[in-house]
Amino acid sequence: MSAIILFLAVLAVIAGWWLSQQRLTAKPWLEEGPIGDFPGGDAMTWPAAKVGLGVFLAVASTLFVLFISAYSMRMSVVDWRPLPIPRLLWVNTGVLVLSSVALQWSYVAARRDDAEGVMIGLLAGGASAVIFLAGQLLAWQRLGAAGYFVASNPANSFFYLLTAVHGLHLTGGLVALGRTSAKMWRGAEIADMRLSVELCAIYWHFLLLVWLVLLGLLTGWTDDFVNICRQLLS
Amino acid sequence: MVDIPYEGIPGIPPAEVPDVELYHPRSWWTRYVFSQDAKVIAIQYSLTATAIGLVALVLSWLMRLQLGFPGTFSFIDANQYLQFITMHGMIMVIYLLTALFLGGFGNYLIPLMVGARDMVFPYVNMLSYWVYLLAVLVLASTFFVPGGPTGAGWTLYPPQAILSGTPGQDWGIILMMSSLILFIIGFTMGGLNYVVTVLQARTRGMTLMRLPLTVWGIFTATVMALLAFPALFVASVMLLLDRLLGTSFFMPSLVEMGTLSKYGGGSPLLFQHLFWFFGHPEVYIVALPAFGIVSDLISTHARKNIFGYRMMVWAIVAIGALSFIVWAHHMYVSGMFPQFGYFFATTTLIIAIPTAIKVYNWVLTLWRGDIHLTVPMLFALGFIITFVNGGLTGLFLGNVVVDVPLSDTMFVVAHFHMVMGVAPIMVVLGAIYHWYPKITGRMLNQALGKFHFWVTFLGAYLIFFPMHYLGLLGVPRRYFELGDAAFIPSSAHSLNAFISVVALTVGFSQMVFLFNLAWSLFKGEASGGNPWRATTLEWQTPETPPGHGNWGKELPVVYRWAYDYSVPGAAEDFIPQNQPPHATQRVQGAAS
Repeated sequence: MSAIILFLAVLAVIAGWWLSQQRLTAKPWLEEGPIGDFPGGDAMTWPAAKVGLGVFLAVASTLFVLFISAYSMRMSVVDWRPLPIPRLLWVNTGVLVLSSVALQWSYVAARRDDAEGVMIGLLAGGASAVIFLAGQLLAWQRLGAAGYFVASNPANSFFYLLTAVHGLHLTGGLVALGRTSAKMWRGAEIADMRLSVELCAIYWHFLLLVWLVLLGLLTGWTDDFVNICRQLLS
Repeated sequence: MVDIPYEGIPGIPPAEVPDVELYHPRSWWTRYVFSQDAKVIAIQYSLTATAIGLVALVLSWLMRLQLGFPGTFSFIDANQYLQFITMHGMIMVIYLLTALFLGGFGNYLIPLMVGARDMVFPYVNMLSYWVYLLAVLVLASTFFVPGGPTGAGWTLYPPQAILSGTPGQDWGIILMMSSLILFIIGFTMGGLNYVVTVLQARTRGMTLMRLPLTVWGIFTATVMALLAFPALFVASVMLLLDRLLGTSFFMPSLVEMGTLSKYGGGSPLLFQHLFWFFGHPEVYIVALPAFGIVSDLISTHARKNIFGYRMMVWAIVAIGALSFIVWAHHMYVSGMFPQFGYFFATTTLIIAIPTAIKVYNWVLTLWRGDIHLTVPMLFALGFIITFVNGGLTGLFLGNVVVDVPLSDTMFVVAHFHMVMGVAPIMVVLGAIYHWYPKITGRMLNQALGKFHFWVTFLGAYLIFFPMHYLGLLGVPRRYFELGDAAFIPSSAHSLNAFISVVALTVGFSQMVFLFNLAWSLFKGEASGGNPWRATTLEWQTPETPPGHGNWGKELPVVYRWAYDYSVPGAAEDFIPQNQPPHATQRVQGAAS
């Protein structure tokens, strides 16, 4: 459980920093009058959808970190046999990086009012995300064919579980990406679409980051780090 | 001084929202069924939660029948008894209390109290309710599937939860997990709304430190729930995979019905960590909205500003943060490393400090107040008493050496029913008596309300106070029958019968309340917009019940905090939050 505690400590620092900007030491019973007289405590200047995505990313990160906590606890039992990571995963990782780059491209294009560039970026990002998902399914199939079934070892179970949860999050993102692309396709004003494109790009970068962390975990690169974390609290 | 130009200041919402931005219901279906209006969603959440809560109430009667008069009722067997326990606990904690406080009160009160027209993502808010309803239906369906609902206990500990021998092993446990997963997905959608609405949609002048404590309580509880429910999600998914695909996340190797099972190596302790990482914050997810609401009830009905508002806010935030590092005090008997117990006992006892600050502040708010013993006030007072009682036994159980002998006895049952059963329900009932006039435009009947309060309050004490004694005797919880154990005197059996009679009486007396709700809807005295002469924004709406978009053409502007009651020099004993300073009438001769 040390991973989740560390993660929550980071969240607590962010929340504490934000709260410290909110004049929580004000004495509201003395402050009668309009807001102009009392600075601070206004809503953030970000649009609500962006704040909403930020909160959602915190929740999704909590979910992944909890899976990682469970992974590191279960890993220490003797029956754990790491499975060979299919090489295909490296190709998939490359495709997911491309997907993220394409959406960043789209976002940059949106800021320059380049409708064509936005559309190309969205389509390229969506297509490469679909290819990534197909590649993940293919990796599952290869592992299954090689005899690494979901229930034959906890390492396998976690491999399938973590990739599935990540894939489902990406699928959810594809729904949002599809809606954004459809709106662009129907010729929406680019100024109205800038936020949607930005949010898609942020979500994609987040999922790329999650994937890289999961990949590190599944390939065993982060074993030393996991061990350090485990020893921290025991 | 009157018209300060706010337009164009970043972060301050404009006074008028263009009409297209508001969601408009176009038909009966989208107005009352698939509505995106937070007020309708709130009522849908509340009615669904109450309906499934009544099922859980009936289950508790059945359990009490068996405990009070063992062997008398042939239609209750040991398996069913375990199923009743499980479903009663799960429904009451998650599907009733969590859904009612956050989905019900949160949806109704947050937009009104912060001066918003609606939640920021109305469509997602609507989805949240429908996913919640689906979760409730999946849960309720387990009563009708082969094998019935799961009897694993509400904590669903593996390995027993998914092994044969536990009732509901076929379908019950699978549907329970599915229902929990759905509930968490639905809650996350709603929770995003509650948090972002408080952050982004506050009206002009509504700084965080001018928020009513109700909003602070619900807001903090929602943040906690968003971070704690993923742990239950992870545990549910992994347990479901253990059951369905034969993985061994939690399942150790064991012999089941004489044969070696397919499982091996899994860690039941891992499940307990995940479950209680959710389970302990859950206690405060239910308690913090109750703390917030009760603060507002006491202040309004004692006509006095809340004592130590800042301290109350800080205490809410501190309790929220601390509640994430106490979970293992539910696991003292799990065989964990002893020094862990020492750490968790310390954090558990530290949480008593902000909680005690809140209790002192409520009492100090009452001190020399102009106390109106209305029904909401009675329930608020009932809450303080039961909560202190349950909190004190919590200090007992938080200590490892006291907890170990009391673990799994009726003492624990008495403790958590007092602290997170009766106490929050007192607040729920008080809050319904308080806000019913705003929701319907009519008052609930006072006489029936007072009868309801006294029966519920005294009854709850008669039920749960003797249970502490049973627990100290060593009477175990979760047992279908006590049998002829030497350490259980016959007086314990008659006490059990007594508790059962009272429980049934109190349970039936809730029908008076349901009758009152229905009768007052049509025949109740008209309340007007602000019957309690309260300061917060929801009482200042142009229409009662609040119309579509909550406010008229312009959003309210907030000039003061939420607790300007009995202000010296003011003519009225309350000043609404949206009343400008120059509009306050002063007593003749008082310095302005």
